Amino acid sequence: MQITDMTALELASAIKAGEISVREATESFLDAIGQRDGAYHCYNTVCREEALRRADEVQKGIDEGVYTSPLAGVPIGIKDNICTKGVKTTCSSKILENFVPTYDATVVQRLHDAGLVMLGKLNMDEFAMGSTTETSATGVTHNPWNNDRVPGGSSGGAAAAVAAKLAPVTLGSDTGGSIRQPASFCGVCGLKPTYGAVSRYGLVAYASSLDQIGPFGRTADDCAALFSLIEGKDEKDGTSMVNPKFDLEKALSGEIAGKKIGIPEDYLGEGIAPEVKAAVLAAAEEYKKLGATVETFPMPIVRYAIPAYYIIACAEACSNLSRYDGIKYGYKSPNAENLMDTYIKSRSEGFGMEVKRRIMLGNFVLSSGYYDAYYNKALKAKKLIQQAFFDAFETYDMLLGPVAPTTALKIGESLSDPLKMYLGDIYTVMINIAGVPSMAIPCGFDKEGMPVGMQIIGKPFCEAEILSAAKVYQSVTDFHKQSPKAE
Amino acid sequence: MEWEIVMGLEVHTELATKTKIFCGCSTEFGGAPNTHVCEICSGMPGTLPLLNERVVEFAVRTGLATNCQITQKNKFDRKNYFYPDLPKAYQISQLYLPICRNGYIEVKGADGEPKKIGIHEIHMEEDAGKLMHDEFEDCTLVDYNRCGVPLLEIVSEPDFRSAEEVIDYLEKLRAILQFTGVSDCKMQEGSLRADVNLSVRPKGQKEFGTRTEMKNLNSFHAISRAIEYEARRQIDLLEDGEAVVQETRRWDDNKGYSYAMRSKEDAQDYKYFPEPDLPPIEISDARIEEIRESMPELPEQKKRRYREELGLPEYDTEILTGNMAFVTLFEETVKLCDSPKDVANWIMGEVMKLLNDSGTLPEDMTLAPAKLAAVIQMVKSGKINRGTGKTVLEKVFTDGVDPESYVKENNLAQITDLGAIRPVLEEVIAANEKSVSEYKAGKTQAMGYIMGQAMRALKGKAPAQEVQKMLHELLD
Repeated sequence: MQITDMTALELASAIKAGEISVREATESFLDAIGQRDGAYHCYNTVCREEALRRADEVQKGIDEGVYTSPLAGVPIGIKDNICTKGVKTTCSSKILENFVPTYDATVVQRLHDAGLVMLGKLNMDEFAMGSTTETSATGVTHNPWNNDRVPGGSSGGAAAAVAAKLAPVTLGSDTGGSIRQPASFCGVCGLKPTYGAVSRYGLVAYASSLDQIGPFGRTADDCAALFSLIEGKDEKDGTSMVNPKFDLEKALSGEIAGKKIGIPEDYLGEGIAPEVKAAVLAAAEEYKKLGATVETFPMPIVRYAIPAYYIIACAEACSNLSRYDGIKYGYKSPNAENLMDTYIKSRSEGFGMEVKRRIMLGNFVLSSGYYDAYYNKALKAKKLIQQAFFDAFETYDMLLGPVAPTTALKIGESLSDPLKMYLGDIYTVMINIAGVPSMAIPCGFDKEGMPVGMQIIGKPFCEAEILSAAKVYQSVTDFHKQSPKAE
Repeated sequence: MEWEIVMGLEVHTELATKTKIFCGCSTEFGGAPNTHVCEICSGMPGTLPLLNERVVEFAVRTGLATNCQITQKNKFDRKNYFYPDLPKAYQISQLYLPICRNGYIEVKGADGEPKKIGIHEIHMEEDAGKLMHDEFEDCTLVDYNRCGVPLLEIVSEPDFRSAEEVIDYLEKLRAILQFTGVSDCKMQEGSLRADVNLSVRPKGQKEFGTRTEMKNLNSFHAISRAIEYEARRQIDLLEDGEAVVQETRRWDDNKGYSYAMRSKEDAQDYKYFPEPDLPPIEISDARIEEIRESMPELPEQKKRRYREELGLPEYDTEILTGNMAFVTLFEETVKLCDSPKDVANWIMGEVMKLLNDSGTLPEDMTLAPAKLAAVIQMVKSGKINRGTGKTVLEKVFTDGVDPESYVKENNLAQITDLGAIRPVLEEVIAANEKSVSEYKAGKTQAMGYIMGQAMRALKGKAPAQEVQKMLHELLD
């Protein structure tokens, strides 16, 4: 088996057994990136020399017993909105095209401490705003299953890199579906953890009350292993929570018999592609066979999800992105004559269309006179959505549903129609508003051979349960074992 | 027509915490530009604020000392605006749920009776950086050292009717902030800043007039002058049949006038919304009680204690507790020389005179309690007389000398060997035959002159009583 074909856990045990060196592993992926990423554009930055230097250091650490984590020695790619000391962190935006952070995000520090090796920074929608990776200032990432299709977004590079085997595991971020939707489009697994389960310190903020960092991998087990390294209270993030320590063993136990699974009816209604619906219902049948009970239930609050999400996310975004003003770092317009001009020109020239659209939306909903009509209403909707999930979890152990109404769209298809793009987020944004964890895994293919994904939604801080449910499913199906043909 | 002035105050005070409100950087004033700065207070992408618990404690202390209700479930909000001194382009502040509400401070009203000035709210927020205009290079530079220094904004009700009430309130508020250890309140360093909202109306009218807000008031004196100027300006406008424009005005203390900075029409929409990066702050009853019990003494408590335990007269307690610098000097000195009334007298007399003469503010005083105590001890023990004591204290004050070594090096100690005095007195008697014969002829006033000559000859270093006694022995 080629090194790049191995799962992260397989690779880690081969490294631990001394069958493969960390340098060999790292070099294999770097070479694969060098040979094939030209066709996909998963990476914005590749850190070849630093990765090889680090690989030797990690090897020494493993040999000396310093690095004992389940993924010690495994290479990893990081989404380009997670700060890495000394390595450009651009958010795929012109306004940060040369920005080099002076510090590591907490997750990056934790991966370092666990002995992982960073390969580079992954492409994304600009500032994580988008569902296709087409809003990236560095160009679109191509879906490894079909070059004409988008990989989804905003963590398109992170999902495509795992699908194309240009990294065994990656880290992305999910504000309204940005891990789960590209995982679904690219046929890989992705976990959006509970809000507060993973430190946001060092994640360049899009919508602070919704953003979470999470893992991508080709199996539920890889996601579980990576999640176990990054989760947990961080003193630097006041919104990260003290929660019962994540139970990796439980996540890898694969228990499902006797569990009650609910499917929101409103997740299978109007607008869903028949093939997606069929794949999700087939997965439900698998769970029944495995001893779980599955039933549908109404969740009409779904219709408020999109407006509530876009109001809250854009309001926070317009404030979060105000710091890019051409004064301290990042792009500064060379044509500015005075202070106001510097602000207007740097921001007009530095931000792309979608980012500007959301900044304007956010400013609008927060303006005096509109605040109550929009922002306050959205906060009320947020409460109702949280309550709806709370109620559902009184009855069900977990929920099951599609990730997106369709499989991957063609490049260019949705950009001209932002509303269409926003509506594609309907099944994912609610989960961020509710703050609960959700795991996307492959559950089929459409007739054009594009992957279909489903999501398993859990109670707060019950990542172990949904990872376990995903693992059981993967033990009886092989959708996750399919790989796109190399370009 | 008789006019009434109506005023409200917005006071900003920088808190005396060691570190900033949302990061671990030092709050110390000064320092080379951008040396008290980290990725958090400079607003680097991806960073998050973490609340300094001390700020909450200081805010609660201030609220308790000003009779406020404490908001037990607090939130922070973002105030959004662009300016180069604000690196995140928003200030973390409190709009919807300020930490303290509905308090008051008592001042002396027009009739001499106590009057309550309402406190609408007190909220926590972060300070911004400073812009420096470099005229030589023709550019503007930013210093982020002050960015993230914790502030309390204390907003009064529009209850003031005279400049005297305003100044009395500010003095009381400053004393509270200093006594509770919340702030050092140095106006020149910007750790206490007051903006005055002022309107006028015909006496007896209920509705408020149109108000202006005055900024850049850097001393109590400037505040008094600015109030007088602004009230006059508004009254003149109204008496000429013109209208007052709602606007923000900047006071120029050198020129003695204010000018309009921006009108209401230019007012920004700050687009406040709840700060998502900070969880709500819950303050339990137990926590409030804990803070109440650990609060340092307030001015009124100190006055009572000075009266009852140290036996100081009311007048002394009033003056000493007028400023934390005096309180500290007083209490520390008393610990060292244990004579409260002497210490009070020296502070109210010599120390205040030295401050006045040199134009030094009490909070900038560097006089060490140990040195004041040494001077007082030397006078008390008779080693030097009071006049010498004053001279020594002045030297301590201006040059920071050590009082004991100074007395020794300059040979200022009293002559304690009485045998050494007699020959000097004999010389004085010999040199002043005329006065001596007058005295002997029964003109007793002549003794005063002889005594003066004797003390001069002794350079003031002999105990006057002894000298007088000896002169009588020699002449009578």
